[in-house]
Amino acid sequence: MTRSGIWNRIRSWLAPYWSAIRSPSRFYSLGFLTLGGFLAGVIFWGAFNTAMEATNTEAFCTGCHEMNDNVFAELKTTIHYNNRSGVRAVCPDCHVPHEWTYKIARKMQASKEVWGKIFGSVDTREKFLKMRLDLAQHEWARMKANDSRECRNCHQYDSMDLTRQSRRAANIHQHYLGTGENTCIDCHKGIAHQLPSMAGIPQG
Amino acid sequence: MRHALLLLIAATLIACGPRHEEVPRRAPSERVTVTGAGQQIDALRRGVPIDQEASPVLLPRVENFDRPRPVNYEMQPPTIPHAIDNYQLTVNTNRCMLCHTRSNAEKFLAPEVSDAHYVTRDGKVLEEISPRRYFCVQCHVPQTDAQPLVESRYRGLEARSTSETTR
Repeated sequence: MTRSGIWNRIRSWLAPYWSAIRSPSRFYSLGFLTLGGFLAGVIFWGAFNTAMEATNTEAFCTGCHEMNDNVFAELKTTIHYNNRSGVRAVCPDCHVPHEWTYKIARKMQASKEVWGKIFGSVDTREKFLKMRLDLAQHEWARMKANDSRECRNCHQYDSMDLTRQSRRAANIHQHYLGTGENTCIDCHKGIAHQLPSMAGIPQG
Repeated sequence: MRHALLLLIAATLIACGPRHEEVPRRAPSERVTVTGAGQQIDALRRGVPIDQEASPVLLPRVENFDRPRPVNYEMQPPTIPHAIDNYQLTVNTNRCMLCHTRSNAEKFLAPEVSDAHYVTRDGKVLEEISPRRYFCVQCHVPQTDAQPLVESRYRGLEARSTSETTR
């Protein structure tokens, strides 16, 4: 079949729908259509956001054994899970941007992870350890590129009381974070999960 | 079809809902203190009556003041004057060397490890830390504010040398 033949078929198939959309409503009032459209929009938007937020919970993330047995188990010993004040981070706090535009962009990228889940790219500990460097490098690159935005959602330099930090921390934060020379992830790799082999990777 | 879809969506939403694990909480039982804590290491029950159980002593805190401590004897590996909680020291990575490596020491105002740490058993000088020196905490340890269990009459290098000069 020729290319134009396909187009003609698609056009003839769409034609009745197109004319229906183009013609004025025969039974429904303008008020019903606008108000109904508005309400339907509200419901759609609410459902969309609710569904998206449902994928933004720890229960959802750790629903897969890949996450639950590897990265989530490792998180539990770190300060982002277990600390004196009981304030803690859940997966999306660090791994999903909080602002809507960036969040949607990240969610679209995350569709690749669904692919990985279906085809079991890290479904054993061995496969996971083998891929860990790659996976970690993606996160480091993301953090570096956005100036550690997800860290800064909670940890703001302006609110850091340097006098309450240890001397070495205060000194280094002032010199490298305060001047914007470095960003959080440059030094704080592996704060929430175990590190892959760091041979040959510039740190600090 | 539509019902199936709705059911699927509902099931997904329910599955994603918050999952709370019920943890029974109870107030800590009354403290049973060890009499003369720190002195009794010989007795198994440390003076606690047989029908009671001693409350655990408070966990000591790691000293975190960043000033090098004096050593107690010649060639003593210096103790670590800061907390090292969750610093990863594994086969994959050595977080100590992030600051204490030669190339970074100046940047982080950290004392660099001595030259001997770059030498292998066969006397070969390496660019990175020698594998036999890799696990820092094998020799260098942080210190806590824990009270010693028994009194020690050992006097460190500094104390000894000052007493010698005064003699």
